[in-house]
Amino acid sequence: MLDPAIIFAGVLNGLLAGGIYVLVAVGLTLIYGVLHIINFAHGSLLMLAMYAVFFLWRLLGIDPYVALPIVIAGSFAFGYVLYRGLIGRLSHGRDENILLITLGLAIVFDNVALLLFTGDSQTIDVAYAGTIVQVGAAFLPLPKIISFLAAIALCGVLGVVMARSQLGKAIRAVARERQGARLVGIDVEHVFAIAYGIGIACLGAAACLLMPTFYVSPTSGHAFVLIAFTTVVLGGMGSFVGAAAGGLIIGITESLGGLLLGEQLGQIGISLIFILILLLRPTGLFGVGR
Amino acid sequence: MSRRGLVFVAGGLVLAILYPWLVRAAGAAGLPVAPNYLINVGMLVCFTAFIGQSWNISGGFAGQMSFGHVVFFGTGAYGMAILQVTYGWNPWLAWPVAAALGAGVGWLIGALAFRAGLKGSYFALITLAVAEVFRILANSVPFTRGGLGLLIKADPGMANLQFRDPIWVYYLALLLCVAGLLIAWRLTRTRFGARLVAIRENEDAARALGIDVYAEKVKVLALSGAMGAAGGAFYVQKYLYVDPWIAFGVDKSVEMLLVSMVGGAGTIVGPLIGAGALTAINEITRMLASVVPALKNVQPLSLIVYGAMLILIVARLPDGLASLFGRRRGEAGRA
Repeated sequence: MLDPAIIFAGVLNGLLAGGIYVLVAVGLTLIYGVLHIINFAHGSLLMLAMYAVFFLWRLLGIDPYVALPIVIAGSFAFGYVLYRGLIGRLSHGRDENILLITLGLAIVFDNVALLLFTGDSQTIDVAYAGTIVQVGAAFLPLPKIISFLAAIALCGVLGVVMARSQLGKAIRAVARERQGARLVGIDVEHVFAIAYGIGIACLGAAACLLMPTFYVSPTSGHAFVLIAFTTVVLGGMGSFVGAAAGGLIIGITESLGGLLLGEQLGQIGISLIFILILLLRPTGLFGVGR
Repeated sequence: MSRRGLVFVAGGLVLAILYPWLVRAAGAAGLPVAPNYLINVGMLVCFTAFIGQSWNISGGFAGQMSFGHVVFFGTGAYGMAILQVTYGWNPWLAWPVAAALGAGVGWLIGALAFRAGLKGSYFALITLAVAEVFRILANSVPFTRGGLGLLIKADPGMANLQFRDPIWVYYLALLLCVAGLLIAWRLTRTRFGARLVAIRENEDAARALGIDVYAEKVKVLALSGAMGAAGGAFYVQKYLYVDPWIAFGVDKSVEMLLVSMVGGAGTIVGPLIGAGALTAINEITRMLASVVPALKNVQPLSLIVYGAMLILIVARLPDGLASLFGRRRGEAGRA
């Protein structure tokens, strides 16, 4: 049997990996869970944001953590324009169309990145990347602890914004009853685009927090697409607490799966969770039926 | 079919059959063409059209869009390879069995997903996840030899379904392509096809008409799975090698969807047109890259063009390039 200390370390590492999944998925919870926009380009947009962080560091020497406000603002603007200019306008409001259009966007983004940046993977070299914190038998990289805490904070902030603020109210209204929202004077397209922008802004934050420990290449978004959708579906559509819990559960599953089944087969857990949740409990752990 | 349509189809078929001999004659006459290269390109168009047609049957006609259609392709590819390498089967015998395996996988996915009531984007995402599961399994279980992949012994000969002359591979692909077109054409002529279209257009209304929606959807996914697997088996037989990424990589799923969507989902000739366009764009960028040194890295351009085409077609031309040809869609067409 495995040593409990190894299991403990595995769980902690899984939690930290899960924190990253939460970061990537929290924007999707808003876009997919609340607005029901199937954003298949989520992974590719993360990849673009990661390149932005990389080039800010490489060309201007901006530390990824310092770049947070810049990248978040840039991502928001990009997301807003993308929705307003393309996705919202071209999809004619049909589910499948949005899925296909965002798939088309993902193909374009991935290959533009391949064309401009080549397929080589790029990393950022910062002094604190190697800093290790010891917790019991586990050795944890400091940047991952930071990203974990930031992920939880981000979920909290978004949850409060959605529940309490005027904007959150408008987003929920638009998501639930588009015509009604229009009738009471809400600019529906604007609110959709704002919400989409916020979702992409979350990706910007994720990119800044990821880059100290991750590499970026034109395909590095792929790995996150299914994970992000799994997180959202597992946590329950539109639930930010759910997204946090879902991401952490997936992180731990993957870590323990890797420990017990080996590196290759361990990856199977995420896809299996996704399939089982959709088949057996499509409302997720924290979701309420609609 | 009208008399004009019949002439058109017969003409196309004759041209497709003569094509390899025409390019060979052109090559022999001293024209600047590379006959074997062109035959190979023709083979690729036919093959891509066929696996696109596999997607089109379920995704276009029945409206059950899949993002993981490669699962059928890979099942057929591995089925074909394992039956030969591990069990020493003759490929002629292994081919239909591989297709049957694909039908089985299609039936299983359909039975699970459609019983759970998954549709639209949920169905798309679950197929994506199933393909991932298959890829990871192929990477880990012993009988696929993991990431090493499976190599089929090269031994050209009709009995082994391996050919030195690319013409025969071309004819095999052409046969698949024509079979795919015939299946799609049948769907526009049979009650089964009409029921599928009814389900695509309005599932609740179809159910109210007494259509067993669940059974029809499972059936069409099994049919589509058999076609995808037959395509995968052909691929393995041509390249004599398969590994988890070739068999279950997401790129191929996207390719199957793209050629069908761009050409015209739910139309008979859509996948063929899409495959022709995709292959042409691919080969042109490849040629540009090899001829002009400054454009050495423009390979990704073909997919950029294709992604942009997908967006434009979804937005502006929902019936795909096929609708540009001005020919009325078949009876199965969207109203």
